[in-house]
Amino acid sequence: MKRTSLIVFAVVCLIFVLSWVLKAGTIDGDNAIQDAFLVTLASFLTLAIMSFMYKDNAYYKFAEHLFVGVSAAYWMCVGFWSTIVGNLVPRLSEGLSEAFGVPYLGGELDFGFLTLPYPLLYFIPIILGAFLLFRLVPKVGWLSRWPLAFIVGTFAGLNLVRYLRSDFMSQISSTFVPLLVDWHGFGHFFANFSLAADGQFVAMFSNLVIFLGVVCGLIYFFFSKEHTGLFGKASRVGIWILMITFGASFGYTVMGRISLLVGRLTFLFKDWLGIIS
Amino acid sequence: MRREIPLIITISVGFLAILSFFSPPFEPLGEDFTLFFDIIAVFAFFLGGGNLMRVHIDKLIKRKKDWGFSIVTLVGFLVMLVAGLGKIGAESITSDITREGLFSTLYYNVHLPLGSTMYALLAFFVASASYRAFRAKNREATVLLIAAFIILLGSTPIGQMLTNWMPEGMSILEIPNLAVWIMSSPNLAGQRAIMIGIGLGVVSMSLRLILGIERTYLGKDSG
Repeated sequence: MKRTSLIVFAVVCLIFVLSWVLKAGTIDGDNAIQDAFLVTLASFLTLAIMSFMYKDNAYYKFAEHLFVGVSAAYWMCVGFWSTIVGNLVPRLSEGLSEAFGVPYLGGELDFGFLTLPYPLLYFIPIILGAFLLFRLVPKVGWLSRWPLAFIVGTFAGLNLVRYLRSDFMSQISSTFVPLLVDWHGFGHFFANFSLAADGQFVAMFSNLVIFLGVVCGLIYFFFSKEHTGLFGKASRVGIWILMITFGASFGYTVMGRISLLVGRLTFLFKDWLGIIS
Repeated sequence: MRREIPLIITISVGFLAILSFFSPPFEPLGEDFTLFFDIIAVFAFFLGGGNLMRVHIDKLIKRKKDWGFSIVTLVGFLVMLVAGLGKIGAESITSDITREGLFSTLYYNVHLPLGSTMYALLAFFVASASYRAFRAKNREATVLLIAAFIILLGSTPIGQMLTNWMPEGMSILEIPNLAVWIMSSPNLAGQRAIMIGIGLGVVSMSLRLILGIERTYLGKDSG
């Protein structure tokens, strides 16, 4: 470790302790020292991540490595308690359900022509799950393909129908919207013509944009025919519609990130430093 | 054996899952398969944790570059794991770990700040990316620029301030209304075209998997 790095590290530690002590003085209650430590810790971890804007450094790497470890354990624990204890144990054993304090859901799976006891059926994902862990043992690693095959088969079987229903059929049916909204003839249309957001013209124009936009967007994705002539012009409109979509998505993403940043800055200036109320 | 059994599993599970939509006696099977899927996914989390431990212990033992940070990962992982699985600090075995105990404390004071700052940091990188994207080099890039600009302006008070002088009969031209219109009309049309494309892609890929044509998920020696 270089001398400069050591000095910086010592200064950071000093500021941490100082911040902890000062923060503890501003918090009321029995857990003031603990609460002050946690707020200071969260603030220093926030600053450690933000230090990456200057350049990659040891404090960022520390926070990054900590995040990886904590995240992996977080998802393991949540998965264990919500799925294994919450959904598997109640179907597997009465004793285990009692031990974990969850209601036993034992019973039978009735196919009409075949009846299977629940516990027997739910040994299948346990065995397949255990096989998945064999990936860590090279000699029997090939067995991990079995659960993978199950996951792939389930995904394919269930999503074939679901996507056909939600992403294909319902999207197409929602595209066929009336192009003449609240229509009472041309006289009525021109007499009441306006660019009001809730007006008749805007409603009709919006439906036209949706219908033509979807058709032109799909034409752009159709690569079996050369994009020339009228087909090419429609494809060009499709590109424009897609560009507006990407622009809108981009704008929303930027806003989301900025609001997260505002959240972190609020935490630093309000919860930690107490500068803003 | 190494190839055939996984193929049989995929094909039979795929067909049974489809059957669960069309045949009432098989209907519960669809729900059970979804639950099986979730249970196996939890084992995948365990596999991920095991792999993380293996990689970082290996890095530590071999004293590879930045091995010191592997200690941070391992300590963070083990402390969070023990706190979560052991429900340390929670009142009882039935307590929700995301609401009380050491696990919850670590989540709100370590995991959450780290995660949200990590994503917040992307705001700066998005800003630099937007500088490149927002240079109106051609007509398509200009359309993207205008759409993004209206969406951003429409969600801020300045957007309202700039155009609130518009008469009622032209209210669609007010920036916040224009932003809403972009989201609900051209953006919807574009999203829908993409969704239909994705739907067709998923259906064709699912068919390829269930019919055993697509075998790349089985690995290199899948034939």
